[in-house]
Amino acid sequence: MEPIISMEYYLIVSSIMFFAGIYGFITRRNLIAILISIELVLTSTDINFAVFNRFLFPHQLEGMFFSLFSIGVSAAETAVAIAIIINIYRNIKNVEVRNIKKLKD
Amino acid sequence: MDFSNFLILRDELSLVFLILCLLMFDLFASASGRRLFQPVACVLLLLQILFTAFFSGDSAEAFGGMYTTSPLATMVKIFMSIGTLLVFLFSKTWIENDHEIAKGEYYYLTLSTLLGMYFMISSGHFLLFFIGIELAAIPLACLVAFDKHKPASAEAGAKFILNAAFASGISLFGISLLYGGCGTLYFTDMAAVLNPANLLQTAGMIFFATGLFFKMSLVPYHSWTADVYQGAPANVGAYLSVVSKMAAAVSLFLIFVKVFGAMAQNWKPIFYALIVLSITIANLFAIKQKDIKRFLAYSSISQAGYVVLGVITATAQGLTGLIYYLFVYMLANLAAFGIAAIVERQSGDARISGYNGLYKTNPKLSVLMMFALFSLAGIPPFAGFFSKFFIFAAAIQEGWYILVLIALLNTVISLYYYLLIVRAMFITPNDNPLPAFKSDTASRIAMTVCFIGIVLAGLASCIYNRIGMISDSSFNAPVAAIHVEEIQVNTALPADTVSDAFSGASQLHEVQN
Repeated sequence: MEPIISMEYYLIVSSIMFFAGIYGFITRRNLIAILISIELVLTSTDINFAVFNRFLFPHQLEGMFFSLFSIGVSAAETAVAIAIIINIYRNIKNVEVRNIKKLKD
Repeated sequence: MDFSNFLILRDELSLVFLILCLLMFDLFASASGRRLFQPVACVLLLLQILFTAFFSGDSAEAFGGMYTTSPLATMVKIFMSIGTLLVFLFSKTWIENDHEIAKGEYYYLTLSTLLGMYFMISSGHFLLFFIGIELAAIPLACLVAFDKHKPASAEAGAKFILNAAFASGISLFGISLLYGGCGTLYFTDMAAVLNPANLLQTAGMIFFATGLFFKMSLVPYHSWTADVYQGAPANVGAYLSVVSKMAAAVSLFLIFVKVFGAMAQNWKPIFYALIVLSITIANLFAIKQKDIKRFLAYSSISQAGYVVLGVITATAQGLTGLIYYLFVYMLANLAAFGIAAIVERQSGDARISGYNGLYKTNPKLSVLMMFALFSLAGIPPFAGFFSKFFIFAAAIQEGWYILVLIALLNTVISLYYYLLIVRAMFITPNDNPLPAFKSDTASRIAMTVCFIGIVLAGLASCIYNRIGMISDSSFNAPVAAIHVEEIQVNTALPADTVSDAFSGASQLHEVQN
């Protein structure tokens, strides 16, 4: 059966997610919010892989595999990032970016 | 099933075995045995280096081309292991005094990142490369935040992991665009279908490069470097600045020359701008630094700029120059970082003013620091001069005259700020300099190795010749184009399901037709 929604719409969604993630990474002022923005970026790439695989190269599974691996890796990354953020919270009782200013020129 | 494929991975397997040995040792050793943790780790790593060096094989590939190895890859892996060994030797006092309980973790986290870097060098597919780069980044974040009771270390860890995750996200987006544009993620297959006029592929390539530029901390991607080096434990900073950069630089060369070779007209202008920016801006920032680790961070950014000079040439001579440069830089920078760590430990203060009059009380340490800084600056009798000379010569051969001129002018600037520290140690008077002290045996062994390396690596031409021979043969080796088709034919798998999992350019062409 031919898919009803064409590929461009999926790519528009993933691009919006990607650039929203970049915007969030730059503008958010809380470490957890920054981490969520990064997750948006990583998830948008998973959509891309799945969509390209489904629409352009339906006879192989490379893109699907890649998105599986990238989900796993981003989970590991998030776990470590959360651990480090908790450690910061223990040290300064705060996860606001403006209070993290020990290291600077 | 045939398991002989796994033997091709012997470098990685020996490292995994080493990590498991250390884990078991950490688990079962008695309290008195654990005191020997550092010597045991160093001896085992030394054995692994010898194993890799003596059992190195010819070029081979495993798992349908996912993993490739060559004498060049093995050589770079040996260099990275030597760098790690030197870092281990330098970290004895820090790890034993501050982290008695967690010291095992330090060793196997470091070795895990090393494993990731091995896979980066040896990958033949973007998936393995991505996993390698992540395996190299995630444990490194734990290492940066290792001094968990110090707010500075935690802050550096957060800055590192957030920036690394962001860079890898953008890099991953680039890989997804490349997949959409090429239909395959095997390096050799992709090289055959890349077209410089294709905008999707070009955008994918540029996004992809972010991850490597971040790891090498070239200038638009450098802002994390100084903070992380300053906040991280000094030995982890040394590891980040040397081994991690070595892996990133070599894979940058291999991927951009071998895979994106057809798109050279697209990426060379970008690299040109990055080199000029990295060298110049990092030099200007280095001059005003007051903290020795921040200073070394900016110095390492500008050194990374010189390394990319080898990539932009895209010749065998450039590859030789790049690896030789990284080797020499490794010895000099590890010596400088090691001494910074020792002095910081003694004085509890990382400011450059703490080095005033160091020569009066600790002459040997000061002389080694001076040699290391001279080698980083590129003053003739030391190895740094020859490495800069070879990399400039490779760039001149390809006609990058203006670029080499800019790099040469920046060498003069860098000489100024390296001499600031030498002046502090030898000339600036100080009423109460750091009293004379004796560092531990392991650090002294490491410093001796660095000293010999800095002095001899330039004069012993056999090292450069050997690197040149290996990289020439590897660079000129015929690329096994579209090997996946061969595998599909040879293994005679049922064509419907299993071979679909392997991508093939043949399928791609079908789809395009």
